[in-house]
Amino acid sequence: MTRLEAKLLAALGLLAVASLWAGPVPTPLSVLAHPDDPRFIILTQLRLPRVLLAILVGGAMGLSGATLQGYSRNALADPGVLGVSSMASAGAVIALYFGLTAHATPWALPVSAALGAALGGGLLMALAGWSESATTFILAGVLLNTLGGAATALALSLAPGPWAQAEIVNWLMGSLTDRSLDEVRLAAPFIVAGCGLLLATGRSLDALTLGDAAAAGLGVSLPRLRMLLIVAVALSAGASVAVSGVIGFVGLITPHLLRPHVGARPSALLVPSLIGGALLLLAADTAVRLVPTPAELKLGVAMAVVGAPFFLWVLVRGGVQGRWSRQA
Amino acid sequence: MSGPADPSGPDSRHLAARDLVLIRGRRPVLDGIDLALRPGEITVILGPNGAGKSTLIAALSGVLAPTRGEVWLDGQRLSELERRARARRIALLPQHTDIAWPITARSLVELGRIPHQGAFGLSAADRTAVDRALLAAGVTELAERPVADLSGGERARVLIARALAGAADWLLADEPLTGLDPGHALDALALFRTEAARGAGVVLTLHDLDLAARTADRIVVLAQGRLQADGPPAAALTPALLHRVYGVTAEVTVTDGRVRIDIRGRAEAGA
Repeated sequence: MTRLEAKLLAALGLLAVASLWAGPVPTPLSVLAHPDDPRFIILTQLRLPRVLLAILVGGAMGLSGATLQGYSRNALADPGVLGVSSMASAGAVIALYFGLTAHATPWALPVSAALGAALGGGLLMALAGWSESATTFILAGVLLNTLGGAATALALSLAPGPWAQAEIVNWLMGSLTDRSLDEVRLAAPFIVAGCGLLLATGRSLDALTLGDAAAAGLGVSLPRLRMLLIVAVALSAGASVAVSGVIGFVGLITPHLLRPHVGARPSALLVPSLIGGALLLLAADTAVRLVPTPAELKLGVAMAVVGAPFFLWVLVRGGVQGRWSRQA
Repeated sequence: MSGPADPSGPDSRHLAARDLVLIRGRRPVLDGIDLALRPGEITVILGPNGAGKSTLIAALSGVLAPTRGEVWLDGQRLSELERRARARRIALLPQHTDIAWPITARSLVELGRIPHQGAFGLSAADRTAVDRALLAAGVTELAERPVADLSGGERARVLIARALAGAADWLLADEPLTGLDPGHALDALALFRTEAARGAGVVLTLHDLDLAARTADRIVVLAQGRLQADGPPAAALTPALLHRVYGVTAEVTVTDGRVRIDIRGRAEAGA
């Protein structure tokens, strides 16, 4: 473990404890030893699932972003920009629309979101995977975002009643409020499996620094890497979207913030982005929970409000590293 | 896999193409190439633009699967070799390498060790090989600088160091002299000569006929996906061939074994 990773992990641990404690009713961890204490419920039923989900979803987003940026050799890639989240969201909305979550099984939501993400990832690779051009990659992402948005809008307009509509809209805005340990149990296996696969791509991503031909010359199988990425991003991004709705920018920002500290090598960025994404989303979620607003700010909205200007700043400053800066 | 065994015999140490055909779209980019390259030699592939030189290099290195035919390495089918094992034997230096991230020169050269690397990053042997490659390419003093800050010539030398770092038996470089001034181009060629002297097989594509003639042990001329000439520079690079392949008139002089090519001008149509 590098020093940066150790620092990030320590910060994440501290923040997690603080986030569990903080709120209208402070709940120290010692409450865990007293199940009859009313604060025990607050800690285990309200705050713990939220903290765990923020770590899981943030980590998955950060790592997916770092991996997709490495693969596409483009610092503007992340599951949101490339439309994978949008397709996952369409998959989830369709599950909500058909009422699969209520009538069938709770697994319907993460599974259909993962299927949507896999379809999105597959289309992305089919449209842009053979191309050396970053532009093609981003345009394919625009296309997928449009497609996912249209599918979502269609489901919304056909929704059987205002209640279903409200449920979909509420879910779309992206939040970790009122999640239970059931949702953690639902998402965790997918996310952990996806992240495990993503972490295994490091050396191939390093080789891709020199382009497709040199990477192939170094013994990397590009078709296999592509397949692995589609499956892994579908699992981690799909499950994340399924439990939290669409929360953008974590995957985009995290690798950007960390790249200067790891020397820009894609593989060196993976573990820090995993921890950093978790840290970023947990910090953001703790903030929206604690900041006194009339109604709690939606996490997805808050991330967009912070993320969009940051994205712009990165673009304007010209700090975008990777081929985007040289190839239009 | 069925088919005939390597016609040159299973024990011969060479990199050979047998009836290599590669079709892209409907056009054959390589059209029946038969070629056996020997280790310890510098072979230069020449040919006009679009002749199929890069495609031949890619096919010989195993990264591009031929439509028909087979590449053989020491009597073994290249396609049957495990990818990483193949990468340890054959180093490929592609043309126009566009470096995606602002990594340091050392990190870039370390990428050349990927086929050798175990699960736990670079070993001591890997680091030694990287240092040796940096030294050989004369870029040791650039090692800690981000490649984005290097000049074109410096970057080209760092990329050559990356290809050397794998210490492969074969070094296949596509237009490795692009962006190098005459001095650094000669340095790079001297580097390739050293590699050949240690027993490696070196295959280069070049555009400069004169540099090719003074460097190569063997010249292979390609046009429209077919071999036009194959032999030592003096035998391969005849005025008639240069006229036919490049459409130029040229004077070829051989003094003390050194071949000089003086291109006089564009050949007249029908001349």
